[in-house]
Amino acid sequence: MEKKDFHVIAETGIHARPATLLVQTASKFSSDLNLEYKGKSVNLKSIMGVMSLGVGQGADVTITAEGADEAAAIEAVAETMKNEGLSE
Amino acid sequence: MANRLNGIPASDGVAIAPVYLLTEPDLSFETVTVEDTAAEIARFEQAIAQTTEEITAIRDIALESLGAEEAQVFEAHLLVVADPEFTDQVKGQVKSDKVNAETALKNVSDMFIQIFASMEDNPYMQERAADIKDVSERMLAALLGVKLPSPATISEEVIVIAHDLTPSDTAQLNKKYVKAFVTNIGGRTSHSAIMARSLEIPAIVGTKEITSIVKDGDLIIVDALDGEVILNPTEDEIKTYEAKGAGYADQKAEWAKLVEAESVTKDGKHVELAANIGTPKDVVGVLENGADGVGLYRTEFLYMDSADFPTEDEQYEAYKAVLESMNGKGVVVRTMDIGGDKELPYLHLPEEMNPFLGYRAIRISLDQTDMFKTQLRALLRASVHGDLRIMFPMIATLQEFRSAKKIYDETKAELISEGVSVSETIQVGIMVEIPAAAVLAKQFAKEVDFFSIGTNDLIQYTMAADRMNERVSYLYQPYNPSILTLIKNVIDASHAEGKWTGMCGEMAGDQTAVPLLLGMGLDEFSMSATSILRTRSLISKLDSNEMAALADKAINECATAEEVVELVEEAVRKATEEA
Repeated sequence: MEKKDFHVIAETGIHARPATLLVQTASKFSSDLNLEYKGKSVNLKSIMGVMSLGVGQGADVTITAEGADEAAAIEAVAETMKNEGLSE
Repeated sequence: MANRLNGIPASDGVAIAPVYLLTEPDLSFETVTVEDTAAEIARFEQAIAQTTEEITAIRDIALESLGAEEAQVFEAHLLVVADPEFTDQVKGQVKSDKVNAETALKNVSDMFIQIFASMEDNPYMQERAADIKDVSERMLAALLGVKLPSPATISEEVIVIAHDLTPSDTAQLNKKYVKAFVTNIGGRTSHSAIMARSLEIPAIVGTKEITSIVKDGDLIIVDALDGEVILNPTEDEIKTYEAKGAGYADQKAEWAKLVEAESVTKDGKHVELAANIGTPKDVVGVLENGADGVGLYRTEFLYMDSADFPTEDEQYEAYKAVLESMNGKGVVVRTMDIGGDKELPYLHLPEEMNPFLGYRAIRISLDQTDMFKTQLRALLRASVHGDLRIMFPMIATLQEFRSAKKIYDETKAELISEGVSVSETIQVGIMVEIPAAAVLAKQFAKEVDFFSIGTNDLIQYTMAADRMNERVSYLYQPYNPSILTLIKNVIDASHAEGKWTGMCGEMAGDQTAVPLLLGMGLDEFSMSATSILRTRSLISKLDSNEMAALADKAINECATAEEVVELVEEAVRKATEEA
């Protein structure tokens, strides 16, 4: 299993546009991806799951991937987080 | 008046047309037990496919008529349709409870809508509940074989009335036929309101009950300037509002023509109409409104929007972005103005009895010079990307200015010795907001390159009235002859030394103050971007010599703010009637 921690710096947190792109990115991979925040874990391929967490600025989140393409998936997600200004 | 209904104006304009009631389709269904759950799930899969197809089509219409940003919401809708948590839960319920897909879909979507709608501290998420409702209704309609009404089929002039307009409804509105829309619910930031503004269709939202009051074909007037709907109007009312609509259209056209125009008075005197900004993103609005420059860039947002001190590079990028997008036009950057009502947690300032009279702005910068130097380095490095002007806030004494200027000069020399290029034409000035500086402007003018008068603070300090305290708010008197006298003193002092004076408080965009300031010889007016075209239009109707006489009279003959207002209103009425 691959695992990576992120500190959310975007003022608006993970809202519609970045959430959309994160889910779109995650959906490209066959691995199971999860987003963990405040002890809750949701499917990163689920837009409603991701948005229902209400991740705001300053939040610390963990993303995990498990499956054949787990390494590539984590890397792609980290890239999207960075490009969208969500995390450094 | 009984024939009027009020709501929140969401998009400006006036329209008169018959009602098109966008009523809710009948999506009622019975909960039934199903034996063949596999077939039921297949039926649900079919509904998903159909919904995906429909939303894709709407997205394409939206892309064409609204642009990529507004079409973005449909990308999110497509993800909702494809959401594995959502669809798996529906399928799971069909299988475990042996219910029809309609029932399972309704249960699951209601649960998600509930989650979002209950995020009370987050209005953005609350409004996302509407997105899920929109998508699940479309899926339900597909399951039931019901055709959703489509505003896209409207082919004559109407005013669309709805409980709420979903994003997919709004995307289908044809501007040619839909003259306005009015809804029961929503606010200025709901999707329907945002879309109305980008389509430039007049809209009123949040009327609470419009759908139960009007019927299809009723003639109504939508006055989205004042947020009023007029039901069954009389002939006279129709005439009045036709005139109001035409007047608004004329005014808008007149202002729009001024985007590229120069800011000159009737007799050809140039002034600079600049905009106040807080972040580089605000520059878009500044350019759209044809500003002559940026008169105040409030850099404290760089500090306040950050969890720790912004680095030199972070600041450099922000300053460079503003200077570059202003393309050679002047940009006045105010160094950090923290303190007063603006707190900065990581600076660990002790609580004060009188924060507005305490440790703030330049007083902090001169005490914590590392932070100040970092900002100056970033500014100096960015200076090569445009016409930079730096000003220090809250200067009370010449000694403070000299100390700040000394640090500036040292920082500049350091950068040059490091081989960094720095512009040779940077102007360094002060904000005049403390009466002591306004009174002693004559001495300051010898050493600074320019003044910028900060009226919000100048008024509160001159009147000794906390501007956050409502009980003394009557003392916020920008037109009081005492304030005008101070302003005039500053402007005259700068001109005597061949320097210039700007103003970056609320007063600079105030339509009553502008004629006086113009008359006093103010060189630069800096205001919110949306006030610029209106002010440019006003100035073009005024004669600078007449206004000089007016300002003179206000300062020398008026005893109260009320007398000044009366004097100005009469003069402006006369000038605009002539024009």
